[in-house]
Amino acid sequence: MRYKGPFHHLTLCCGGLVLAFILLPLWELMTSSPPAALARTLKDGEVVRAIRLSLLASGASAAIAFILGTPLAYLLARFDFRGKRWLEAIVDLPVVIPHPVVGIAVLGVAGRDHALGRILLQAGVRILGSVTGIIVVLTFVGLPFYINTVRDGFEAVSPRLENVSRSLGASMAETFLRITLPLSWRSVVAGLIMSSARAISEFGAVVIVAYHPMTAPVLIYERFEGYGLRYSQPVAVWLVGVCLVLFAALRALTLRQRKEE
Amino acid sequence: MIRLDNLSLSVSSFPMGPLCLTVGEGDFFVLMGPTGAGKTLLLEAIAGLVPVADGRIFIGARDVTRLPPERREVGIVYQDQSLFPHLTVRENIRYGLRFKNRTGPGTEALLDRLVEELRIGHLLERRPLHLSGGERQRVALVRALAVQPSLLLLDEPLSALDPAFREEMGGLLRRIRNSTGATFFMVTHDFTEALALGNRGAVMNRGRLEQVGEVRDIFLRPASPFVARFVGMKNLFRARFQGPHALVRNLRMRLPRPQGRESGKVAFRPEHVEIWPESARAPHPNLFSGTIAECLDHGFTCRLTVSVDSVRLTAHLPAREAHRMGLCAGRRVTVAVPPEAIHVI
Repeated sequence: MRYKGPFHHLTLCCGGLVLAFILLPLWELMTSSPPAALARTLKDGEVVRAIRLSLLASGASAAIAFILGTPLAYLLARFDFRGKRWLEAIVDLPVVIPHPVVGIAVLGVAGRDHALGRILLQAGVRILGSVTGIIVVLTFVGLPFYINTVRDGFEAVSPRLENVSRSLGASMAETFLRITLPLSWRSVVAGLIMSSARAISEFGAVVIVAYHPMTAPVLIYERFEGYGLRYSQPVAVWLVGVCLVLFAALRALTLRQRKEE
Repeated sequence: MIRLDNLSLSVSSFPMGPLCLTVGEGDFFVLMGPTGAGKTLLLEAIAGLVPVADGRIFIGARDVTRLPPERREVGIVYQDQSLFPHLTVRENIRYGLRFKNRTGPGTEALLDRLVEELRIGHLLERRPLHLSGGERQRVALVRALAVQPSLLLLDEPLSALDPAFREEMGGLLRRIRNSTGATFFMVTHDFTEALALGNRGAVMNRGRLEQVGEVRDIFLRPASPFVARFVGMKNLFRARFQGPHALVRNLRMRLPRPQGRESGKVAFRPEHVEIWPESARAPHPNLFSGTIAECLDHGFTCRLTVSVDSVRLTAHLPAREAHRMGLCAGRRVTVAVPPEAIHVI
């Protein structure tokens, strides 16, 4: 038995505090609304629409991250080139930028004052107050989570496997599809979950770009502002429920991966 | 078969090359050198997996310098075997067939023969994770040979195996090379492996080729002190030359032929040093009296260090003989170095 000194007790105390700090408010929230109120909330069309929009928009942003981010993640995992560190830093930028600023920045590019905005308007693409706008900012905030997770997954696949595949006659693309991707699909799924979880909880950037149509976080904010705590809680419970499902899927996936290793 | 024409690479921390090398069709060529010499890098350059900075690579009559790996007809087997972990053994060995358009009865017959020859028939439905090192190595060989490459690159194929398997696998490699007729290009840091398997070879050091030639020749006549040390020539001394003699400090040794220069290095293999009882006398040009400083029993052989004046000579002799003569540290013995065994660098 190892000697357990004061430091050990300190770690236990801090651990307990952190647990309480995280769990207490969540527990309070989850038990605050009577089941009847929760059921009633689910019949509220506005709530259902908001949660559905949140799910759809974050799903769409994850799909965009998959299409645009996967090749970039592979590039970062496999190749060394001048400016790679800068590229990695740029990919991480959305994590550190305050979220309302993200919204403002996106609107700056999408407005009439900007060439890109004019092109978008001519093409009939509206960012301000549209689902498109919501998807754009959700992609913006979710991309780093997707790219970094998938890059780690690609890095874990030995380049020698790809080398052997190439020497056996497979092109780079065939090697990616037959070797690299099947061996790192868990990371891809984990990346999709991470980025959509991040997107689903986004408020600051969304509220700038589109107050309407309302996503779940914006609706919760509106109910809180307009009617107070009691009325915002049931909606919050449902949103937390959705997030927990995503979180549980992610944990299950990573735990199984660790077991297989 | 392979021709490297002033090949330079600049991938690792040290620049590699320019290298010139020719490997003949059907050779079992061994590239030797210590860890970090750049052997694997050169292997990967031939396979097209690392970019070439300058120079050209020819395989057969084709200039492949700018060809992608999948169009070079070169197989590669890594030390860690690199089997695809998500595929079964059968899927692994058939992986390359679809890309190389190798279908039909000929290919199936070849696969069957390889599977039988390398005894992996009972493993076909298993995953690589559940195979032993030797089994994995055999699967990796079949996978590489299934697409009938004209050149097979082997990166230290034996070093990850148990010593008992190593010999068996070596024999297998030789047999497979003979039956397929492909050119083998093997990287190893173990000189005995090279001697057992290769006919021609090269020794590499810090990105440069120190010597290229017949493996036996490298073994007996190293071109540089580095190669001499690498091939286990334990007796390597600075010497001054006087006609047909070399002076190593105070020891005067007869050489196989007179030297035209004043100084250089002499080297001879420890197996060629003979140990006689102290009283033995015979007409021999290089007989020295000495004292055994150290006697290390390696099981099959004994390594003796004998002090002759201030020079320490190393001798390897069969353990049985050493025991029969009762050799141990402190004993006085007579040492004989045959002139024809002495190599001048």
